[in-house]
Amino acid sequence: MTTDTTDATAPHEAADPRPDRPTDVPRRLRADPGPADRVFRGVARTGGGLVLAVMLLVGGFLLRRAWQALDRAGGSFLTTEGWEPDAGRFGIAAVLLGTVLIALVAIVVAVPLATGAALYISEYAPPRLRRTLVSTVDLMAAVPSVVYGLWGVFWLEESILPIARWISAYFGWIPFLRVDGADPDDPLAPPTVYTSSTFVAGLVVAMMVAPIICSIMREVFSQAPAGEREGAYALGATRWGMIRSVVLPFGKGGMIGGTMLGLGRALGETIAVYMVISQVFTIQWHVLQTGTSSVSSLIALRYGEATEFGMSALMAAGFALFVMTLIVNFAASSIVARSRSGATSDA
Amino acid sequence: MTTAPERPRLRPPAAGPGPAGPERRRTTGGTRATDVYALLGAAAAALALTWLLFARLLPFSGTVGFVLVAYLLFLGLYALLVSFDEDAPAVRDRVAGVVVRSLGLVLLAVLVFVVAFTLWEGRRALVHLNFFTQDMSLAGPLEPLDVGGVLHAVVGTLEQVGIALLLTVPAGIVCAVFLNEVPGPFARLVRTVVEAMTALPSIVAGLFVYATVILALGTERSGLAAALALSVMMLPIIIRASDVVIRLVPGTLREASYAMGASRWRTVWHVVLPTARSGLTTAVILGTARGVGETSPVLLTAGFTAELNALPTSGAQVSLPLATFELVKSPEPNMIARGFGTAAVLMLLVLLLFVLARIAGGRGPGQLTRRQERRRAAASREDAARFAPAARRPAPHAQPAPPRSTP
Repeated sequence: MTTDTTDATAPHEAADPRPDRPTDVPRRLRADPGPADRVFRGVARTGGGLVLAVMLLVGGFLLRRAWQALDRAGGSFLTTEGWEPDAGRFGIAAVLLGTVLIALVAIVVAVPLATGAALYISEYAPPRLRRTLVSTVDLMAAVPSVVYGLWGVFWLEESILPIARWISAYFGWIPFLRVDGADPDDPLAPPTVYTSSTFVAGLVVAMMVAPIICSIMREVFSQAPAGEREGAYALGATRWGMIRSVVLPFGKGGMIGGTMLGLGRALGETIAVYMVISQVFTIQWHVLQTGTSSVSSLIALRYGEATEFGMSALMAAGFALFVMTLIVNFAASSIVARSRSGATSDA
Repeated sequence: MTTAPERPRLRPPAAGPGPAGPERRRTTGGTRATDVYALLGAAAAALALTWLLFARLLPFSGTVGFVLVAYLLFLGLYALLVSFDEDAPAVRDRVAGVVVRSLGLVLLAVLVFVVAFTLWEGRRALVHLNFFTQDMSLAGPLEPLDVGGVLHAVVGTLEQVGIALLLTVPAGIVCAVFLNEVPGPFARLVRTVVEAMTALPSIVAGLFVYATVILALGTERSGLAAALALSVMMLPIIIRASDVVIRLVPGTLREASYAMGASRWRTVWHVVLPTARSGLTTAVILGTARGVGETSPVLLTAGFTAELNALPTSGAQVSLPLATFELVKSPEPNMIARGFGTAAVLMLLVLLLFVLARIAGGRGPGQLTRRQERRRAAASREDAARFAPAARRPAPHAQPAPPRSTP
């Protein structure tokens, strides 16, 4: 193997007869890895390079195919609402806004739930139960999105109607909660103005991303140093006081990072959203009103009938979504890595 | 309302001149009867008050509003009850405890409900044995549930995920080893790109394969194309998870191996990978679970068929999530029941993978299972027995042991 190369020169240097030569010049260590190691490095490097090539190919190909449409549409790609690529009138203003709104609703609902659940599991749950709960949450993070979609279509959509109606009746004066064409005083008014809305889609996505957020937060909370916890207790803090002064500040980076990772997942979610919403191509601010849109369900809806140029336009939309998720994910990982708790977490 | 005038219980007992018996250990934890009374009392009062509001006083109605108002009233009343004999920080602690517990339970309950709902709705299809042994080629929308099944989707899922695993597992693990064992600027670049690709929305992965393999190369939609799309999606997930696991292998183990004169390659093969084995298995299985459930890449690339197609290279091949998605589009209750049944089968598959992952891993590197511990102990005893005669035999030039000089 490689034992014979590193120290072979040492006796010669020690016995160097020239006294004027400074003896403590740092030696250059040159380890000869040997043929097996060289092969190993070659294989590992090739593997890494291959993966890099595949990934760059995906990104590069996406951009190249999208370029045709981006070039034709120019700046109007970001401001146009409709989607008729073959008529030359297409843009992602409406779908991108819909995507962001759905993700925001999801995050607003999911983060408090996930924080509560993570705190419960790491701080309040009896230790015997803890492992089971952790497994449950991790399992939920792996539940296929189509299952959440089924739940959203066949159960949530009906069950949520009274809540949507209640919110719009009492908080309809807030602009984005208004529902056009709804009459809260009429008990026989058709409920269809509330179905397939951003709100419903956001709730389904919230249930999907909550386990992911919760599992990252729990990981970070459980890493809060025991010494500081005991210090807080020794100073007379209650359990909540300890959580507020030790666990939450310690886990802040992980909380933000986990939230943003959840946001990234929520932005890219396709099937559950596609099953729930009814796609419209206008800017729809009213989250409770029927009709919304998202980039990924636009792709799922239109890819089959797309012409070559239409495909390019869809690629451009997909690329825009990819860039957005990319920014969110990188921001998340840099926040997590820079926080005190993030050095060892894998988020 | 938050400060109680006197708090005798919080003061330490006065050290009187009484008889100093043997010190008895105080129990510090545990719930007191008053805590339980406060909880129950607040719950009962909140329910009663809400009923009064909804049924007699105010024009409110609806289950949701009832639950919401009752919960808010419960929190307020609980704070009030606790404040009778605790101080402000303790009241805040109790209320926060109740809020955190209820948030956690709500999330867990909803999640369990999502899964239970699918299984429950799918029960009508699942009880028929033919659901697992037939495909849908003979079952029209109006056929009863004892005709037709999802065998074709099960086969499709297994084949597509199998091909994807064949492609991604070697590539993923080699890449993760590369990231950790051959560090340098190139490895950093690869890591950054892999991190970026985990952000790739699954539909875009499907779109990529659709545009390259199907549109540009002109092949038809097939299971192989779906497997490629799944691979594009699963590869970054597997690399990232394996990377984390390999990074957790203690540096001291590697250094010990190098100190014994082992080369890099031997260290990776005999120390790093065996130590990380359980974690790597978990990473692969969890990546598989993600891949099994993905619908959108398959939607664009696999096509849809109602017939069993065991050949992934030609012809449309449906998978479990895609079959679910297509089945529930139908307005017929039997088809919807089949859709739920398919989703239930998918859930069970994911559950199985997850249980496998728990059995295989979930342990840190170097943590042994009980069986491994027993095996190591047995091997160690065997070694001791083997060395025992040699130890008893006096060595040829043995000096009598020197007297121990340590104080």
